[in-house]
Amino acid sequence: MPETAAVLDATGVAKRFGAVQALKNASLQVGPGQVVALMGANGAGKSTFVKILTGVLKPDSGHVRIRGRESTVTNPAGARKWGLVPVYQEPSLIPDLSVADNLRLGDTALEPFRHWVAELGLPDLDPEAMIRSLPLASLRIVDLARALAIEPDVLLLDELTAALPTDLVERVLRTVRAQADAGRSVIYISHRFTEIAAICDRATVLRDGLTVGDVAIEPGIEERIVEMMLGGAVAAAMTETRPAGAASTETPRLSVRNLKTGTRLTDVSFDLHKGEVLGVVALEGQGQDELFDTLAGQRKASAGTVEVDGAAQTFTHPADAIAAGLTLVPGDRAHALFMSRSVRENIAVPLLARFRNWGAIRMADEAAKVTSAIETLQIDTRAQGEVRRLSGGNQQKVTIARWIAKGVQTLLLFDPTRGIDIRTKRQIYALVRDLADQGAAILYYTSELAEIRLACDRAVVIFNGRVVDVIDAKDADEQTLMRAAYGLTEKAPA
Amino acid sequence: MTMTDTPTPLNRLGRLMIDQPLLPLIGLLILLVAVLAILNPGVLSMFWAGNTIKIAIPLAMLAACQTLTMLTGGIDLSVGTVATIAAYLTATLAPMIGVPPAIAIALAAAVVIGLVNGFGIAVCRVHPLIMTLGTALIATGCLLVYQRYVIATGVLIPDFLIWLGTGKTGGLPNSLVLFVPFAALIIWAQRRSGFGRLLYAIGANEAAARLSGVRVWQVHLALYTLSSLIAGVTGLLYLGQIKTASLSLALPLDLPSVAAAVIGGTSIFGGRGGFGGTIVGALILTVLTSMLTLMQIPEGGRRILFGLIILAVTALFIRLTDRS
Repeated sequence: MPETAAVLDATGVAKRFGAVQALKNASLQVGPGQVVALMGANGAGKSTFVKILTGVLKPDSGHVRIRGRESTVTNPAGARKWGLVPVYQEPSLIPDLSVADNLRLGDTALEPFRHWVAELGLPDLDPEAMIRSLPLASLRIVDLARALAIEPDVLLLDELTAALPTDLVERVLRTVRAQADAGRSVIYISHRFTEIAAICDRATVLRDGLTVGDVAIEPGIEERIVEMMLGGAVAAAMTETRPAGAASTETPRLSVRNLKTGTRLTDVSFDLHKGEVLGVVALEGQGQDELFDTLAGQRKASAGTVEVDGAAQTFTHPADAIAAGLTLVPGDRAHALFMSRSVRENIAVPLLARFRNWGAIRMADEAAKVTSAIETLQIDTRAQGEVRRLSGGNQQKVTIARWIAKGVQTLLLFDPTRGIDIRTKRQIYALVRDLADQGAAILYYTSELAEIRLACDRAVVIFNGRVVDVIDAKDADEQTLMRAAYGLTEKAPA
Repeated sequence: MTMTDTPTPLNRLGRLMIDQPLLPLIGLLILLVAVLAILNPGVLSMFWAGNTIKIAIPLAMLAACQTLTMLTGGIDLSVGTVATIAAYLTATLAPMIGVPPAIAIALAAAVVIGLVNGFGIAVCRVHPLIMTLGTALIATGCLLVYQRYVIATGVLIPDFLIWLGTGKTGGLPNSLVLFVPFAALIIWAQRRSGFGRLLYAIGANEAAARLSGVRVWQVHLALYTLSSLIAGVTGLLYLGQIKTASLSLALPLDLPSVAAAVIGGTSIFGGRGGFGGTIVGALILTVLTSMLTLMQIPEGGRRILFGLIILAVTALFIRLTDRS
């Protein structure tokens, strides 16, 4: 076999769901020893393509071959025998079994797995530990190590590093590159250009269900890839930075003092004013989840105070927080959406939640609010009958639209741009700014440091459950934020 | 060849069943009636139609309880018991204290059982299947105690219930007077009332409903109380139809009520379905029963066939709707 022959060869793949032609003509070739980035804005058909590659879906036309063999895959287990192993952003492990039992279920040998777990930076991982008891970052490593232990022809990594701590990201990237250097083939899906530049040989770009480009990775290629993904439009307006809002002297919309929740969030204080977008920067598991859950009424604080417009508040249910104007867009869209229901029903639920709204719905009024929210967010409503049929970016917009329709006072956004495309990201930055200009107060956690400059006025940095720094947007370059996030800039307590 | 985007006919049928679930169901109903007509020429008549509707109505009303609870991912297996208790109390108390107080007590008993169900499910977080089975057992026990210690002076079935349950006007059963407004209300409420929408929302994703500010326990409490109340009213109607007060009056309707909702396209996992389909489901079951009876199949074979057909139809529907 000549050296150029592709290990994985997908050509002319098409797939339609009802009225939506998700893929028109997608192609992807991965040679031996190559890491190929699969890129595309949300709605470009990437998720569908991945599902076809892994055998979850059957293509309407086109073919997928590994080492010349046609795919006869009918399920993910079949994909593995055929030579392709996927690793997803959400680990596919059974929570109530131990690590070792999960390996046995997948028929994976323990020894190579141990080797890879150690290689990936978790040498102390106990194979008898229950999956449920491990943090998300460790689970991703477990999932990846399991895939590596299988030694597949093709490894498919889907947004693996999203919200992973930086030290683990580096190890993961090194390991992936080493796999390719040892002759294996990797499909790498990520929105992060730095990672793609670091480990990928080529990038295949999807737009509107078509493969629109296949380029070698070289310095400066990012701009071309962005152009290909966006289709020439909307390529500007990325670099403008926000003018820092003048510090307000009025009563803050939200005032948090010495908040403590669970074991991770130990002592957090900050003020959030009307018209302000306050960023939250933290490495994985520094207490940011607890902070947002507490402010949204999902968890109870064990100490500290929360004041809204100067009045002390205790939330025992999300309804209490909503009544006080605090509304959460959680990090995981699946936690917020009614997947089998329509866009309209999803957006309207908060309007009906309270007992006094259980009666007749004023349909015209509801339609007006929903339509206006859909327009504000530019949601693509071609598949509005069921939210599950929307792309990830559009789903995320629906979770935000819900609170726009209800009327935003204080919006708690937890990593709202995770795993979505650049065009949608920009729309969200602009929307956040508009909402703030209209008087909303916004708390904005992001796992992408570059976003602080683009979306926020200031950022509080949380490390080890405490606020260790407050940084103005104009000073918030990634390096500064990263140093702060590791607790390197913390001043000694007065 | 680069593009083939025509879905298979099966896919199209599946999509149709999600978007317009009533059409294939009505098709199936017509098919069954046609088969019945071929097997028993001359059986179809206004009289037959009126009777079929009359028999289907109590089933459809109990299936309304299943539909509403199944929308949230729950179920109410106490409906047969509640209907029986309401009927028995009415028939035995009416001679002693008069008809209106007897009915008031009967419906109050239904509401109490519903509140207990709701409390257990909403506040104590007991699974609806267990909770409603449990209360059904307890309530049946209470009924036995009642039967033993309250000396009934006789049984009186109120005339208006007999009129409602068995009477016909112009060939159509009088029970439509109760059922048509009832069905219209449920169908309206499931789409156009806040309460109805919340049932779908909770069934689709309870945690997301909570996050949207829904106090889920309130909905559950109201839902199971409503379900029991509907079951109680159905019991009164059924009493008028059967015209005897027995301790197991409506119990045989428990599982068919679940089957009617499932065949009608309501998902037992919640979030999908509606009462429109359930009504057709109840009609399908009733026609099926009458078909098997007319074919003079012995009881054992009839039950086997009935079960098989329900399973086949349900499996087919799930398969078709999952494809797309």
